[in-house]
Amino acid sequence: MSKHTLSVLVENTPGILARIAALFSRRGFNIDSLAVGVTEHPDISRITIVVNVEDLPLEQVTKQLNKLVNVLKIVELEPSAAIQRELVLVKVRADNETRSQIVEIVQLFRAKTVDVSPEAVTIEATGSSDKLDAMLKMLEQFGIKELVQSGTIAIGRGARSITDRSLRALDRSA
Amino acid sequence: MPMTEQATGAHHPQPRARTGGQPSATVEHVTGAQSLIRSLEEVGADTVFGIPGGAILPAYDPMMDSTKVRHILVRHEQGAGHAATGYAQATGKVGVCMATSGPGATNLVTPIADAHMDSVPLVAITGQVSSKAIGTDAFQEADICGITMPITKHNFLVTRAEDIPKTIAEAFHIASTGRPGPVLVDIAKDALQAKTTFSWPPVLDLPGYRPVTKPHAKQIREAAKLITSAKRPVLYVGGGVLKAGATAELKVLAELTNAPVTTTLMALGAFPDSHPLHVGMPGMHGAVTAVTALQKADLIVALGARFDDRVTGKLDSFAPFAKIVHADIDPAEIGKNRAADVPIVGDAREVIADLVQAVQAEHSEGNAGDYTAWWQDLNRWRETYPLGYETPDDGSLAPQQVIQRIGQLAPEGTIFAAGVGQHQMWAAHFIDYEKPATWLNSGGAGTMGYAVPAAMGAKAGMPDRAVWAIDGDGCFQMTNQELVTCALNGIPIKVAIINNGALGMVRQWQTLFYNERYSSTVLHADETGHHTTGSQVGASQAPRKGTRVPDFVKLSEAMGCVALRCEDPADLDKVIAEANAINDRPVVIDFIVHEDAQVWPMVAAGTSNDEVMAARGVRPDFGDNEDD
Repeated sequence: MSKHTLSVLVENTPGILARIAALFSRRGFNIDSLAVGVTEHPDISRITIVVNVEDLPLEQVTKQLNKLVNVLKIVELEPSAAIQRELVLVKVRADNETRSQIVEIVQLFRAKTVDVSPEAVTIEATGSSDKLDAMLKMLEQFGIKELVQSGTIAIGRGARSITDRSLRALDRSA
Repeated sequence: MPMTEQATGAHHPQPRARTGGQPSATVEHVTGAQSLIRSLEEVGADTVFGIPGGAILPAYDPMMDSTKVRHILVRHEQGAGHAATGYAQATGKVGVCMATSGPGATNLVTPIADAHMDSVPLVAITGQVSSKAIGTDAFQEADICGITMPITKHNFLVTRAEDIPKTIAEAFHIASTGRPGPVLVDIAKDALQAKTTFSWPPVLDLPGYRPVTKPHAKQIREAAKLITSAKRPVLYVGGGVLKAGATAELKVLAELTNAPVTTTLMALGAFPDSHPLHVGMPGMHGAVTAVTALQKADLIVALGARFDDRVTGKLDSFAPFAKIVHADIDPAEIGKNRAADVPIVGDAREVIADLVQAVQAEHSEGNAGDYTAWWQDLNRWRETYPLGYETPDDGSLAPQQVIQRIGQLAPEGTIFAAGVGQHQMWAAHFIDYEKPATWLNSGGAGTMGYAVPAAMGAKAGMPDRAVWAIDGDGCFQMTNQELVTCALNGIPIKVAIINNGALGMVRQWQTLFYNERYSSTVLHADETGHHTTGSQVGASQAPRKGTRVPDFVKLSEAMGCVALRCEDPADLDKVIAEANAINDRPVVIDFIVHEDAQVWPMVAAGTSNDEVMAARGVRPDFGDNEDD
């Protein structure tokens, strides 16, 4: 099994996330991570899905996704040719003794302290999932009180845009 | 507001360029409900099967005034769905069914799933509670879009009256193009009631829907090369060939290549059964020759077929020597179950027409396949293992014989609809299908109860053709109430109940694999007349007399049908002829047949097609050593 990142451009219509999530579950695929947001065009949303599958089943799920009427385009982003980011917000137990150590780790990972209280520090960090895992591992020793993670989002390197052609198709209708 | 104008526009909405100009038709002021009926008229929906109820009620008022849309009031929404499917399969047009919200809509779930599995173009229109009440668990509210998401090609929830014409046009376009399938349109009651305007045609807005129909020329050339260089090719023909209307092209291709043809359960009629190149139906209950041809083939050319598990048997031992050319309009089918050496995405008609040209080009370069040795094998298997059956010793009717005679005595062009089970397989085997759209059945879903409503839909769509439903006594008890619909609406179908007093196919499995323990497959009372539950009735000693409760003759008469019963082989032809002579009312014949008749050949579930059994305990001798 290997991880694959799919960028799925969809029409920004109600229920599209349910259609996609349901398709994965009924065809027996687990989604590792999923992130949704509108693109530079208000009629198009972009769903980034990370799945852990072999190549052949990946081809099958991609073809099944393509059959959804509201799906405009699917691109697999190779890790080497794309930038991938996740966001975490993590609340770490902190007191007067540990707070400075925590802040030091935050700086090492180029993360941000976004909230401080006498018993805790809340940290915001972005990066690849490897980097964030490493940071969380360092923070574990202090006690993680609460952790929230976004799905991975990804964009290809270079000047090319995967939305260009889909945008042109939509623009023609305007 | 009255509809003052009947449109005269084209019946099928064409996908218009999104840059297209303004619609030219005049604008009418209507309600959402009127715009729905106007839209159905414009897309050419001449028949709608349905039942009204609260949420869909506004639509039924203008329906009453339509001179173009005939509404047939069914007795259960499942009947509406299967009738729409039968109509679509018989006519090639989109079938339409209509139901109200909640239970009306959920009763359509089975036929929608059935149509999805068999790629039938169907539009289901359901009423939904008012948009403001959606999500409040309102009376008769069900999230039918959510429920049918995995069993529709697409579905729509319409909450604004002005979206109705566009949505109906899109629904019919999606249902009927590419790989056909069911589309559900759920319309909120307030959208049906609201005032709006109507103009036609609407501009379709489906940027993510672009089915590929034109095959890739290079792949076609590759396929032609494989066909002309193969030694043991088979044309494996699926339902896609019927849907694409490619039967004429298929005949040309088959005769040009001289390759054997096998048509799946979904494709019976795509290639004449009587044609010498036809080697029968493949699969779990396929002809020995067809099953074996695929197993021994060095090339399988799959045309609009999907390597279903009922065809392949145990997948990893299916057709071990074969290269695969797989042509389908749905790219997701290619490589799904069996890897394709030459994948071709396209409409079967275009694919086959292009293949003909490419094969001709190969021939003109002197590359013609020589299949002489292959045909020697095939003909030997055909002669040694023909389809057949034994007539019972006790003088009772053989179900196979009943079905065979119905087929032989039926007028030309008769459409047959089968339920699901033994009678379905016998109807596949022992009736000859020479023309497309003469065989309707529930292939993928295996929906018991399909036959009567599907036959009704077929007859409603093709009133000049005879329509026979071949049903079982189990299936018949699921949906027979639609005979009332037939009787009251002038839809004179004929129904043969193959009455063996049991859920025969399940019973056959119990005979073969469950030690003859007939748990809950017995539909009749035991011979002492005691009431028994099915699970208590064991193997029978005395000959059975079929299901007598209910009395199918009395039941059918009560529903307004002519009802006959046949128990003696001597009466068989007379009774069938009697039924064939009645054309003003539905006819039901209760054929009491032998209980222990079985469907053969058979490949047991989960085993390899190499293990095909010609009859119980009879494994064909293929002379395996000499073949390779």
